[in-house]
Amino acid sequence: MRVAYYPGCSLEGSAIEYGVSTERTAEILGFELVEIDDWNCCGATSGHNTDKLLSIALPARNLAIAEKTGLNVLAPCAACYNRFRNTEHTVRSDSELKAKVEQVIGMEYKAENETYSILNYITQEVGLDKIADKVTKPLKGMKAACYYGCLLVRPEAHTGFDDAEYPQSMDNIVKALGAEAVEWAFKTECCGAALGTSQPEIGQKMIAAVLKNAKDSGAECIVTACPLCMMNLDMRQKSAEKGSGEIFNLPVYYVTELLAIACGDSPERVKVNKHFVEAVSYLKEVSKRAEEIAAKEKQQAEAKAAPAEEVDEEKIQKKIQAFIKSLQKNPDKIAAKLIEDEERAAILTEIVKNDEKKIQKLAELLATDNDKAVKAAEAYVSGELKKREKSKE
Amino acid sequence: MINDAVKLKPADKADKDLLAKLEQEAGTQVSLCYQCGKCSAGCPVAFAMDYPPREIIRLLQLNMTETALNSNSIWVCATCETCSERCPRGVEIATLMDSLRREALRRGKKGDNKVAAFNDAFLRTVKMFGRTYEAGILLQHNAVTMQPFKDAGLGLPMVQRGKINILPVRIKGRDQMKKIFARVQEQREEK
Repeated sequence: MRVAYYPGCSLEGSAIEYGVSTERTAEILGFELVEIDDWNCCGATSGHNTDKLLSIALPARNLAIAEKTGLNVLAPCAACYNRFRNTEHTVRSDSELKAKVEQVIGMEYKAENETYSILNYITQEVGLDKIADKVTKPLKGMKAACYYGCLLVRPEAHTGFDDAEYPQSMDNIVKALGAEAVEWAFKTECCGAALGTSQPEIGQKMIAAVLKNAKDSGAECIVTACPLCMMNLDMRQKSAEKGSGEIFNLPVYYVTELLAIACGDSPERVKVNKHFVEAVSYLKEVSKRAEEIAAKEKQQAEAKAAPAEEVDEEKIQKKIQAFIKSLQKNPDKIAAKLIEDEERAAILTEIVKNDEKKIQKLAELLATDNDKAVKAAEAYVSGELKKREKSKE
Repeated sequence: MINDAVKLKPADKADKDLLAKLEQEAGTQVSLCYQCGKCSAGCPVAFAMDYPPREIIRLLQLNMTETALNSNSIWVCATCETCSERCPRGVEIATLMDSLRREALRRGKKGDNKVAAFNDAFLRTVKMFGRTYEAGILLQHNAVTMQPFKDAGLGLPMVQRGKINILPVRIKGRDQMKKIFARVQEQREEK
């Protein structure tokens, strides 16, 4: 599997750990990233805030170069992804603008390829079962709030791979890694985007609102697939705490970092130690929890498996014979043991008296699994009652 | 009070042309809006706006486009698209905000707003290098907006973490970038 790769400016700068962990994700899951030759900045928000044609032309140059390779495009940065999807959509639906764009970039561009976000590439192209195969250190005991923000899911007409109000793709990835994805209300609420830089007094409030909702919903960390969300929630968490007077202390992870770590990488290999809110110790705590949970599960499994191993066939046969005898001699006593209701127990007694097959079956079940015997007895009685009712009619 | 009343004026040709241009750019129609307010209710940044999204649309409906262009709302809007996604009438409110911002810029209405200054700084580095140059953007933005120490506390930790390139990354096709910006400029002037 090969895909044209557009890292975008952030993944080589402020979101270096997203870049490193995306490359690791590709290696682990077995797909090849073919970097788009001499790619340029997508223009981001500043582009569409300033000029519509420019905001389409800047992504279009990259997409036109990628189109020549015949490959679809992977853009992990949510902002680049959104601009690329917008460009594809606009060029496909507006032939006049398409002509202008081609003139501006000096290249042919038909918008025949598709841009993927990391979330839909992993869930739809690679497949969740492939992740499950590769996980060696499941993140059991991690309580994660999966944060999609705006650009991955809106507008749905452009993005379209997940629901705009209640997306699930990241939750499903995180669950496949063994973690718990908590339910929370702010998974697609805006973090303030560039307002964190340009108008911090407004941005801070929006950042604090997202962090607070995650914390109140029982999350112990946040997972993101957007460098700008990471910058706001991680780098600006301290100032959001100061502004709101609340302490959040929530580590924030890129979904690709968690994937690499659950598949055996050390946190340092994917640069989790470069975050602003200290994020390595929570991973250590999770791995401790995961070991405890795994030990408990093993114990339980052994407890269940142990008696079955010890049982020897001869003993069971003896037991079965004993039950057959008592069912033939004193069916009422066994019936009373199996069914509390006296009337129903009496019916069972009658049924069993005339039916060798049912005696054999019940004896087998009594010798191996009492619960199943109870269920079978109840079923016999219910069946008999139905028969009787039918004959009345 | 009668003095607080909003005086409406009938739309002349210039007003109609302006609205048509904004709507065409945004690919939407303000007349579709029936003022339910769902956009304002869901807007995460309405608390900081002088006119919440519903009122911006109302201003356009009432031929008060000038007021909308002068509002701070258009600069506070984070383009999160929640309004457009939830609008029961399919009005593309977020892209309309985009059109309004660009129209305000064309008319030189940057006011004291720091958003336009940030965008300028950002795009200048893209035009020069083909990539964003975060260190350069921050320095230029701080200089233009006269806040030299803004985010200074974050600059050093960014460098220490290897998260900011001190020197810009330059692409090979820098001449293509200059051409793209120049041709876009030509198109804008033709209009």
